[in-house]
Amino acid sequence: MMIETGHFALVLAFALSLAQVVLPLVGARTGDARLMATGRPVAITCFAMTALAFAALVMAYVLSDFSVVNVFENSHSQKPMLYKVTGTWGNHEGSMLLWVLILTLFGALVAAFGRNLPATLQATVLSVQGMVGAAFFLFILMTSNPFARLNPAPIEGRDLNPILQDIGLAIHPPLLYLGYVGFSVCFSFAVAALIEGRIDAAWARWVRPWTLVAWVFLTGGIAMGSFWAYYELGWGGFWFWDPVENASFMPWLAGTALLHSAIVMEKRGALKIWTLLLSILTFSLSLLGTFLVRSGVLTSVHAFASDPSRGVFILAILVFFIGGALALFAWRSQSLAPGGLFHPISREGALVLNNLFLSTATATVLVGTLYPLAIEAVTGDKISVGEPFFNLTFGPVFAVLLVAVPFGPLLAWKRGDLFAAAQRLTMAFALAALAGILALLFLDRNAALAALGIGLAFWLVFGALTDLALRAGIGKVTPRTALRRLVGLPRSAHGTALAHLGLGLSTLGVVAVVTLQTETILTMKPGETVDVADYTLRFEALSPHRGPNYTEDQGIFPVFNADGDRIATIMSSKRLYTARRMPTTEAGIETLGLSQLYVSLGDETDDGGVVVRIWWKPLVTLIWLGALVMMIGGTLSLADRRLRVGAPARPRKAEPAAAAP
Amino acid sequence: MTRKQKRLSIIAGALGFLGAATALTFYALGQKTSYFYMPADIANAAVPPGQRVRLGGLVEDGSVVRGQGSQVSFAVADTENRVPVVYVGLLPDLFREGQGVVTEGTFDAGGTFVADSVLAKHDENYMPKEVADSLKEQGVWQHAQE
Repeated sequence: MMIETGHFALVLAFALSLAQVVLPLVGARTGDARLMATGRPVAITCFAMTALAFAALVMAYVLSDFSVVNVFENSHSQKPMLYKVTGTWGNHEGSMLLWVLILTLFGALVAAFGRNLPATLQATVLSVQGMVGAAFFLFILMTSNPFARLNPAPIEGRDLNPILQDIGLAIHPPLLYLGYVGFSVCFSFAVAALIEGRIDAAWARWVRPWTLVAWVFLTGGIAMGSFWAYYELGWGGFWFWDPVENASFMPWLAGTALLHSAIVMEKRGALKIWTLLLSILTFSLSLLGTFLVRSGVLTSVHAFASDPSRGVFILAILVFFIGGALALFAWRSQSLAPGGLFHPISREGALVLNNLFLSTATATVLVGTLYPLAIEAVTGDKISVGEPFFNLTFGPVFAVLLVAVPFGPLLAWKRGDLFAAAQRLTMAFALAALAGILALLFLDRNAALAALGIGLAFWLVFGALTDLALRAGIGKVTPRTALRRLVGLPRSAHGTALAHLGLGLSTLGVVAVVTLQTETILTMKPGETVDVADYTLRFEALSPHRGPNYTEDQGIFPVFNADGDRIATIMSSKRLYTARRMPTTEAGIETLGLSQLYVSLGDETDDGGVVVRIWWKPLVTLIWLGALVMMIGGTLSLADRRLRVGAPARPRKAEPAAAAP
Repeated sequence: MTRKQKRLSIIAGALGFLGAATALTFYALGQKTSYFYMPADIANAAVPPGQRVRLGGLVEDGSVVRGQGSQVSFAVADTENRVPVVYVGLLPDLFREGQGVVTEGTFDAGGTFVADSVLAKHDENYMPKEVADSLKEQGVWQHAQE
């Protein structure tokens, strides 16, 4: 009964989304206020119905109702409760349901919080949002119904793929989808602006908070995914340039560009058409990502979903929305008033440069991701594009961008002074150079590259701090005044500085791990020791262990510091999940300061030893801590007074003009 | 500089950057990608020693020999041919005889494949996609679930 209710709610949500497409749009085009007003309650009800459907599926998982095919294939009655719940979105059908849940959530949020938008704009935005929703509801109902029944019902389920039974994977998809799908709002705003044939600085102000929300979540989602792959797959890598990772990275790069171009549009009224195009492209990349992941066209460590028939459907959705939006753009963008010109050396100029670098970086990732597919389709040859390709293409482009970052916030709007900005950054540059030189003196391996990278990372960190220090007037006024000014700075200033600082920290982590990590592979017998970095590991024993739905051999490795004191014990194990007879490696990780020791177990050898792989990962935690700092920066920007107070004030001025299309 | 000249120089700069990025991309596509081969392909087309390729197939039954420390040698085979492989490192969890595998590395002068990475996918039913496609072409593929 519960399942049928869920199924029914999903069909109802599809019907509601169709109403959401037609009614407000017709109202907006004919100027019928009553029809326009239907958009809000319909969007909210549509979300409520989707939430009901989702809740029904979650309940089926919680109760282990194996008469539902989806639950039978992906759950097990012995599975811990947390993973029963999170298993809901650990499979294709469930994750698509989560996708539309978040899509309708954003539609409902636009309906609930967009009361200050011009009525026609809000109605059109909701209509476009409804179109995306309708397409994906249809996709779920036609090809991926999570509520399909199985008769007779089996007694036991097949269990969730064990590597997905992890807290990281519990959080990763919702975060990622909140980001991915969050950009749908920017897309809807862009398409609505094209339909209305009207765009101004206020538009950028309305779109910016949605971009920020999506960007913050996407940053978190990508970082979480990277962290999960790092500790769960047991290979010790944090990024594989896997097509599925790229699929989430491209919208992030484009979204970051959008975040910056929207500032120019909001402050200076320039870059209007470009910002519009970026809004469309960012969500198009999200859709492309969904297609790549969900269609199974890719060979990938993440390819859990492989059903080509679904691919055709998503491809049709992809072509319709991307093609439709770009065609609309080509047709209507001419009629939009172009923005003003500006001096190249200025804040605007710096942000344009940022956009040039970021979109080029996005393009290199796109080429690297799609090239193997294109080659296979054309010649039938199978090739792999991996790290060497991206190191050579994405690497330099991004490095140039990083060098330029600290200059941006120091340049004035309209007409900046590059020389003065450089002068003010002298201190930051000196400190960064010092960090690089110290790295060169104290580290020997790969030193030149490591020193350059570490210098670059510190350049970002000190550049961000310089910006704050200058704004607060540190050194020019008394420390008390400076502190008061620092606290009193607009939150967006803190946000910018923190986001750039976070970028610096992540860069430092990546550089340190890539250039300075050490890897030891050896066979150890109980009692043997090995030196790694400044620590000594002893292999004590391999002891069998039993978990709720697995058995494991646990290797115990006490860690000693240089003085011979035992400071930690690393447990690394090889697990066998009994339901699927599937082995996994559970890496043993010990965090020491910001660095980590990472131990993976291999096979047992005939003479009673075991193959062990030990990494020393210097500053590795900074990769994800930096992302966290970026998220905090984005959130602070979101809380800026300008967006909270300024946004509602603007529409009253804009409304009369907007009413006449 | 006049306004027009300024604008032109900016556009030239941007185009120069894009041109450099494009050139780099084309170079990298030519040099930094690796082709995928099955053992049958290796017999037909000689891959020069030192060129980075991916080799996929089934781990031949009875071919896995563990050597000193973490060195392992095995053979990757399909219905037509077999290629000896040596690898130093940890084998993935799902590596076993008769299972699909993708290795990446180079051939040495003697025709042995020296792998620096070995991938076996994380699903019992899942065969690496390239391997499955090629085995289908050779007509020996059976779907694992049916």
